[in-house]
Amino acid sequence: MAEENEEKKQSQPQSDGRREVLKALATVPVLGAMAYGAYKKLSYDRSRRNVKDVFSLEKHEPKIIPAQPDGKKNRLGVIGYGIRGKQLLRAAGFADPELLESWKQAALKNKKDTRYENYRNQDDLNIEVTGVCDIFDTYADMAVKACANIYREGVDGKYGTAPKRYRTYKELLAADDIDAVIIAAPDHWHSTMAIDAARAGKHVYVEKPLSWTVPETYAVRQAVKESGITFQLGHQGRQTDSYIKAKEIIDKGILGQVNLIEVCTNRNSPNGAWVYNIHKTGNEQTIDWSQFMPAPERWKEYTDYMTSNGLERFMGPEPIDKFSLERFFRWRCWWDYSTGLSGDLLTHEFDAINQIMELGIPHSASSSGGIYFFKDGRTVPDVLTTTFEYPDRDLTLMYSATQASSRKRGRVIMGHDASMELGETLTVTVDANSTRYKEKIQEGIIKPGIPFYTYVPGSDNVDGFTSATELYFAQRGLLYTYVNGKRYDTTHLHIREWLECIRQGLTPSCNIDQAFEEAITAHMGTRAYLEGRTMYWDKDKEEITRG
Amino acid sequence: MCKNDKYAYSKGQIAALLFLRIVIGWHFLYEGIAKILNPKWSSYGYLMDAKGFLADFYHWIAGNPTMLEASNLICMVGLTLVGLGLILGCFSRCAAFGGILFLCLFYFSHIPYIGAEYGMPFDGSYLWLDKSTVEIAALIVLIMFPSSRIIGVDRLWKCCKCSKNKE
Repeated sequence: MAEENEEKKQSQPQSDGRREVLKALATVPVLGAMAYGAYKKLSYDRSRRNVKDVFSLEKHEPKIIPAQPDGKKNRLGVIGYGIRGKQLLRAAGFADPELLESWKQAALKNKKDTRYENYRNQDDLNIEVTGVCDIFDTYADMAVKACANIYREGVDGKYGTAPKRYRTYKELLAADDIDAVIIAAPDHWHSTMAIDAARAGKHVYVEKPLSWTVPETYAVRQAVKESGITFQLGHQGRQTDSYIKAKEIIDKGILGQVNLIEVCTNRNSPNGAWVYNIHKTGNEQTIDWSQFMPAPERWKEYTDYMTSNGLERFMGPEPIDKFSLERFFRWRCWWDYSTGLSGDLLTHEFDAINQIMELGIPHSASSSGGIYFFKDGRTVPDVLTTTFEYPDRDLTLMYSATQASSRKRGRVIMGHDASMELGETLTVTVDANSTRYKEKIQEGIIKPGIPFYTYVPGSDNVDGFTSATELYFAQRGLLYTYVNGKRYDTTHLHIREWLECIRQGLTPSCNIDQAFEEAITAHMGTRAYLEGRTMYWDKDKEEITRG
Repeated sequence: MCKNDKYAYSKGQIAALLFLRIVIGWHFLYEGIAKILNPKWSSYGYLMDAKGFLADFYHWIAGNPTMLEASNLICMVGLTLVGLGLILGCFSRCAAFGGILFLCLFYFSHIPYIGAEYGMPFDGSYLWLDKSTVEIAALIVLIMFPSSRIIGVDRLWKCCKCSKNKE
């Protein structure tokens, strides 16, 4: 039938050229519709995406203090080569040969495994490790090997000069060929070692938290200030790109008045709850227990506080001088050595917010929690909630932690006009009842409740709203891994900052004043938990008082 | 009118084929334009999200800066040209084949096999086949039942040919 019709048409005399052209170009108006639609869409997107109307944000470039081209080589000493010590040295450029060998082999089997290649390409920090100290022989031997592994090769690779192993940290601090020390000992030794290092004129990078007892917190601050050394506390979050952008957002008042901040820790594994492996070579011959025990002065400060406040139940339960593999490798589980969730994890969260909002020490702290899941003989809680009040700033900082659920909860700063969620990425969501953005909401420029601004580190999309798909990729690290060249490890950057500050006479981001605020805040939370009452900070007298 | 034209459709058939050609063309054209208008667009995330037996190929493109740049350019220009070709009915057969090639590349990077998990969110529920495969089938129909020589720029080439033959 269709063919017949066409035959009929074809038998008719040929149409004129005009008709042919009309048929040939009949669909051209569709392009007009497309052009109109594309223009309208672009205008709409621009009206939504142009955050300059609402947010005036700068193009942000991640800051790294440029290394001096002919900067002096720093000679480092390392105290403590446990889990964190290994991570720190690796970030500084000295990795376990066995670990690198395993990465090398993995890369041979799987081309996509780029850990070895990435590590080989990590920037050289122009340092050498000349001394190491660990009271566990196995760790000390491993540290010597790692520090000699300057060519970043596997087990059969070429090695540099091995550093000297010191039996005690005091011997290491007395060495003339050491300019600076990285301290990654357990919490109960942080301040003592930092004080001694400062007095010996060594620059200090010490793991968080700054201190184990309250009195030593003042002592370490004094020692660092008097000595004039370059001090950095190990909160590598200071280098997190999105926190730097978050500070700009806060400083510009984009969120409006902030009254509540919620931060948290969520872990759900034995390792996350500090039940670390007990090394098979650990015994009374390979571990110098006398050096593991707290320094006498510190032990006195600790016991004085505990006994004078009727908190003996939180001490021990085993005698401090009794050798115990479990306590040596899992020391975080007992107050006798540890600062618990407050010192280990709350401090990271506090420091992040302190960096962004410059909160300082809170007016008061109250805590609650308990040992609800890991009933393994520990004395520190595995669930903790601490609330810090800042009446001068009209806000509350709320921290909660569990070691028995890894459900992700954001780090959220809640303002009257907008809230900001921080993580790898940063999102700002405008509040439906915002005063500041009321008109923009009414005009349809801002849709409340939907993330209005997203900042993806490594991507310079400061003026745009990232699409859902882009966000999916970004959250999986797919967008920015290779885009702007290298992607840096924050611990590497934090150590790098410290080293460059030493060379150039600058002050690191997590200096002793920041560290003091971190430690006192954590102590207030801890004391509030132990004593079961609110702790207050007397700003004038600089002391923790009771409610 | 060319007498050697072997295709003869009813008005309804032509309208249906034209509609199909334009909507597919519209889809391709806007995909291309949207990428051209977004200076930050890159196929990197999409390629890295690829899974299945060709995943290594896609990841290789993403990991090679020259290939990635070429891939971005081919996508932006290619999708736009396929869209223009289908809407205008200009080299419509080539455009349809080009479209099928693009869709095959999209399909094989994100095959909705059982248990597949992609970073890119799907906007529907799929099992083995997805919207790309439906569009491939539709483009095959357009190749087998061409309409651009009836309504479309290709009509002009055909008429030029006929004029030459008459001479």
